[in-house]
Amino acid sequence: MDVSQYLEVFIDETNEHLQNLNTSILDLEQNPEDMDTVNEIFRAAHSLKGMAGTMGYKRMQDLTHAMENVFSKVRDGEIKVNSAMIDTIFQCLDAIQEYLDNIQGGGDEGTNDNAAIIKSLNGFLSGEAPADDAEAEESEAPAAAKAAPSSSDGRNKWKDINLTEEQIDVIDAAKKSGKKVIGLTVYVQEACILKSARAFLVFKALEELGEIIVSVPSTQDIEDEKFEYEFSVILITDSDVDAAIKAAKGVSEIEDAVGGYLEDVEASDNEEKAEETSVADTVENKDVPAVAAHEGQNNKPAEKKKPVVNRTVRVDIEKLDDLMNLVSELITAKNSLVSAATADNEAANDVGEHIEYLENVTTSLHESVMKVRMVPIESVVNKFPRMIRDLQKKLGKKMELYMSGEETELDRTVVDEIGDPLMHLLRNSADHGIESDVALRKERGKPEEGSIFLDAYQDGNNVVIEVRDDGNGIDVEAVKAKALERGTITEEQANQMSDKEIINLLFLPSFSTAKVVSDISGRGVGLDVVKSKIESLSGEVDVKSTLGVGSTWTIRLPLTLAIIQSLMVVVGDEKYAIPLGNIQTIESIRPDEVKAVQQKEVINLRGNIIPIIRLNEILDCQSAKAEDEDLVVVIVKKGDKQAGLVIDELTGQQEIVIKSLGKYIQRSKVISGATILGNGEVALIIDPNALI
Amino acid sequence: MDEVKIYSEAVQYIKIEMGTELFGIDISYVDNIVRPQHVTRVPNVASYIKGVINIRGEIIPIMSLRLKMGLEEIEETKSTRFIIIKMEKYGKIGLIVDAVKEVVALEDNQIERVKVDTSEEIAHFVSGVGKVDGVLVSLLDLDMVVMEKSSKEE
Repeated sequence: MDVSQYLEVFIDETNEHLQNLNTSILDLEQNPEDMDTVNEIFRAAHSLKGMAGTMGYKRMQDLTHAMENVFSKVRDGEIKVNSAMIDTIFQCLDAIQEYLDNIQGGGDEGTNDNAAIIKSLNGFLSGEAPADDAEAEESEAPAAAKAAPSSSDGRNKWKDINLTEEQIDVIDAAKKSGKKVIGLTVYVQEACILKSARAFLVFKALEELGEIIVSVPSTQDIEDEKFEYEFSVILITDSDVDAAIKAAKGVSEIEDAVGGYLEDVEASDNEEKAEETSVADTVENKDVPAVAAHEGQNNKPAEKKKPVVNRTVRVDIEKLDDLMNLVSELITAKNSLVSAATADNEAANDVGEHIEYLENVTTSLHESVMKVRMVPIESVVNKFPRMIRDLQKKLGKKMELYMSGEETELDRTVVDEIGDPLMHLLRNSADHGIESDVALRKERGKPEEGSIFLDAYQDGNNVVIEVRDDGNGIDVEAVKAKALERGTITEEQANQMSDKEIINLLFLPSFSTAKVVSDISGRGVGLDVVKSKIESLSGEVDVKSTLGVGSTWTIRLPLTLAIIQSLMVVVGDEKYAIPLGNIQTIESIRPDEVKAVQQKEVINLRGNIIPIIRLNEILDCQSAKAEDEDLVVVIVKKGDKQAGLVIDELTGQQEIVIKSLGKYIQRSKVISGATILGNGEVALIIDPNALI
Repeated sequence: MDEVKIYSEAVQYIKIEMGTELFGIDISYVDNIVRPQHVTRVPNVASYIKGVINIRGEIIPIMSLRLKMGLEEIEETKSTRFIIIKMEKYGKIGLIVDAVKEVVALEDNQIERVKVDTSEEIAHFVSGVGKVDGVLVSLLDLDMVVMEKSSKEE
């Protein structure tokens, strides 16, 4: 079956399930008895398994299957959740994530069987949790070796059936009386509508041969259609495997059936097993060459598939409805214009009115389309609690992450990019922020457990994300000392710099103050990356810190990158756009008010000395204005800094769609992009941040 | 059979005029040919990049083929065209040419590969010379054309 068309959906949904699992398992760690959470985890694991199976990702399916088994037992109250189990489950989720990354990268799940994880998951089933990590690791190697051969015949799901004592007794008795015990896994075609009916027919056919002692899922579940496209049974019969397979395949809409003899239940006999495998393989090879070729031979190099993943946005149906409504209004508006144009003069007077209406509709339409691009930052920040949990164990510090505002929406392109910088800041807080010395925390009157906060909220046309911790704060003197040592600044400069300026040195490339370099952060490649990433998203990052109390990192991002409000200006005979977000005021200045300070032109605006930048010089063109005319100065700000941009003329405010200048033009820093004007011409967008 | 196919499959070139010479541009690179329109100047870029234009909502850089090839710039005429080519590495780029003639098909045996041994700047951009009806057409190596000049040529 060609499943590539579902790949995008699969990746999206798997990500979602993984995220849910991560969150739920964190919950479960806090409340191991909470059955609602267990149920949720079970459901998510089950869906994951189903989806992986449908897509033919065998290894992922096996792994999720093992996980599902564990939770099925937990749900039934047969085993209890313990911290070893939680750790293993997290490993398991990481392994699934790895599969998913592989799939996303190359369309193939990769070749890691993760046998050790499956093994330890199965260990929980029998109630024998690995005593400690060392032992688990010790057993890892042989486990991998042992599990490897069985994974090659992974379609023989019946091998995974867990038998109860009584069933084993029955099987043993049957074997003694000379009967054969056959395990069988039957695959129903995915297009099959009445799968339970088909399953029933298979059961009936098999029961003619002998007695079915176990079925997975249970017969009850199969009747209720509570199974994916496959089920396994163990049959006690006088016939042989081929007969049983034939019987099962005799039913229509059965895609495939694989089976073999059940080996001695406890002690496994290698020879028998090998034979079985070969039986299974021949069956597969004969009947479903395509599947067999793919599934049967793990050693065969994985087929190289191109990554076929597009970026998608999941859209709330309400937003789409809004869009649809607006489009219908647009059509109405068009129709009234058409009728006004074709009607006599009297109606023609209404044209202005119609155009106004059309304008309203297009504005709303535009807003709606923008909203469709917006996604909550939830998808990014949800992985952080898990990360902090892992860091806590790794660093041996106690800390908790508190998040708020996960529902804050940002443009999809921004949300995709914001994850790494945030992760960096959080790791930074966990590693350097929170004091490792508990006694020191006590001395400072702070609780033993460190707190890290991640708050997101909307502020006008910006979204603000704050990462805050109640840790040590930034040691300005240490930063200064480091900067001097590295020669980043001179002694003289150091004395003149404010604390804030010194803290900002942290954002310079290759600057790490951590005394101990850890693998969590502190290689000096952190904060400058954060800064450049945020700036590439047209945002800014700032830090406030008090030594001994904590630090707050503030990221400020534009709500959307695609469309902005801007001031249209003329310089020389060219039109430019300046983003309104940067503009404070617009002033008219007499030429004699411009003073020179240190060879730089400045103006005194209500007591503030502001440097001015003549845009015509920056843009390399001739100003159309005479020397003695008043200057039109646009005052722009960046953080605490201000500058005045001298332009020739203002033409008004306009909402503009930002377009890229493309890869070919090595654009200068001053130009952040271009936009298309009403007459089809292109106007360049000036980035005031680059000028200040 | 495959061999026969190769011989019968000639490459099509768009024949353009630059000054007195004729050049060929491999048609598989050509996205569009448009009449000249207002070009928005982009500050602080190489002199041969004249700016950007808007084609159906897409911003496309425009370069003067004359300047790039070391010829003198001329005023726009009635026959001036922008040929929009699509390069894998850079996306779409517009080339200003004096005039667009017809499309010619050249088979491999009609093309003579040239070695870059002349000091003439144009020679760098030519991958071969084709003969059509007794007239020579220099085939442009577009990769070389769009490539940025090395600093010594700047």
